[in-house]
Amino acid sequence: MNNILVIDDESPIRKLLEITLESNGYRVIQTHNSIQGLSAVASNQPDLVILDLGLPDESGHITLQKLRQWYQKPVLILSVTNDEKDIVQSLDNGANDYLVKPFRTNELLARIRTALRNNSVEEMQPLITFGELEIDLAARSAKLNNEILKLTSTQYALLALFVTHEGKVLTHEFLLKKIWGKEYTGQLQYLRVFVSQLRKKIETHISNVSIITESSIGYRFVAGNKKMF
Amino acid sequence: MPKLSILLTDLILIKKTESKKQYSLSITAICTVSGICFLFSSCVGAEIVAFILLLTVSVIAMFFDILPVLIAATLSALIWDYFFLYPRFNFSVGNTEDKIMLSMYFVIAVLNAVLTFKIKKIEKNARLKEEKEQALQLYNTLLHSLSHELKTPIATIVASTDNLLSTNTLISESNKKILLTEISKASLRLNQQVENLLHTSRLESGFIKVKKEWCDIQEIISTATSRLEEELKHFVKKIHCKEILPLFKIDYCLMEQVMYNLIENATKYTPEKSCIEISAIDIDNGLQIIVEDNGMGFPETETGKVFEKFYRLNNTRPRGTGLGLWIAKGFVEAHDGSIILQNKIPHGAKFTINIPAHKFFNS
Repeated sequence: MNNILVIDDESPIRKLLEITLESNGYRVIQTHNSIQGLSAVASNQPDLVILDLGLPDESGHITLQKLRQWYQKPVLILSVTNDEKDIVQSLDNGANDYLVKPFRTNELLARIRTALRNNSVEEMQPLITFGELEIDLAARSAKLNNEILKLTSTQYALLALFVTHEGKVLTHEFLLKKIWGKEYTGQLQYLRVFVSQLRKKIETHISNVSIITESSIGYRFVAGNKKMF
Repeated sequence: MPKLSILLTDLILIKKTESKKQYSLSITAICTVSGICFLFSSCVGAEIVAFILLLTVSVIAMFFDILPVLIAATLSALIWDYFFLYPRFNFSVGNTEDKIMLSMYFVIAVLNAVLTFKIKKIEKNARLKEEKEQALQLYNTLLHSLSHELKTPIATIVASTDNLLSTNTLISESNKKILLTEISKASLRLNQQVENLLHTSRLESGFIKVKKEWCDIQEIISTATSRLEEELKHFVKKIHCKEILPLFKIDYCLMEQVMYNLIENATKYTPEKSCIEISAIDIDNGLQIIVEDNGMGFPETETGKVFEKFYRLNNTRPRGTGLGLWIAKGFVEAHDGSIILQNKIPHGAKFTINIPAHKFFNS
């Protein structure tokens, strides 16, 4: 059973998360401010932390920074505004994903499952399949419906990043830095072009995968029928 | 810096005076200064007069618009030429040196006017930019606290109903009851925020109608406290009222909201288990209500600001919209009453409301 630690100052939200998560087979620890939250993470070593950005004693951004100095497991951010600056900042500071209040329960559970799964895959399998889409990380090739996909090396690099982070939001900055390098972080146009090229190649009626745009933040690669939106 | 701001306010004041007045003032200034110089023209040379006139134009330029200043510059050049420059009482200029001097005088006077005008324009832009930034910051703060106050209960309702409707998770009966209670509490909280926003727009439009009727103040207080029953559970609540209070002619709904906002404020910002006391007293010309607590009180520098719209203490948790006390004050003032905040000794806050009202003694 996975332990989830909640840091949120609103007691209705805490109560709700407790009931939701416990009836879905998680154990829940509740804390209501940053100091209490940090010490509870240290002593309980939970498998995942749900962190609200608006805490009474300090900004959740600072809590996240402190947490990330010694805690490696997934952190899911709860935010009350869909201000992309807040979200991007928390993702850059090492949050795995975010949810904007009000959130749907299914979405919350899906994000938690994704975060826990991504974290547990220590060694990446060399062969990843999503229905008819097959990516061979060792051979640096991809097949759709058993036919080799013709991809440029940049397109392949982008696809590899997406499939190894399935379900997780990847920020523009992260993608640009990983594929083109640090000096390209402002060059969103490169990313837009390659994502659109990649979409044309992999988002077909048989592949059942899609690259979802998270406006002003980044992209999320989703596979299977479990569309989260 | 303060000097600059005084100058700026002067500027704004003078800007408001009509432009006609500016024309006549600048012409008068030039004529007066030239007149004085003319009286002393036997001992003061034409060059010195030129400097004095330039100085006058500069001073005018500091306060007036560009056109009156340009007129002053032109006028002073003509006066200087006619009355002071040799041959006097004649517009013609004798030698080349004087011709150069006259044209230089004119150019400098105009340059003076134009440069001062430019500086004023830059200052004005800087001021506008600063004001705009302040407004933007206020808007962001408001947006953040408001979205927190509105979205938290919405999030509670959405997720609770998701849970209750879910077919693939088993929820115990006791948890179902908790979820339903949370939905109900969140709805009431949401309603209260919407009420506050509606009150705000009513106050802002100046459209507040006081419907005075005979009210039992004890009933008003108990209605407000029962609406806050859940919050008050964590506090010691004391209500002091004389057994026989007259009925007062006030607006029931508005006053109930005032009481609600003041008590809610106390429950939000004082530590749990603090004592919240409410008392109502029959005074000379009406009614006095006191809401006090033994919490931390307010910093002395802040007591004047708490009734300002969107005011929130800097270190407070991200709750509240900064509207509650502002609305309370607005409603009290709609009754021609007053509300003040004092810090208590050794600690705590005390809100005192005085409302002039007719009374009805029952026995």
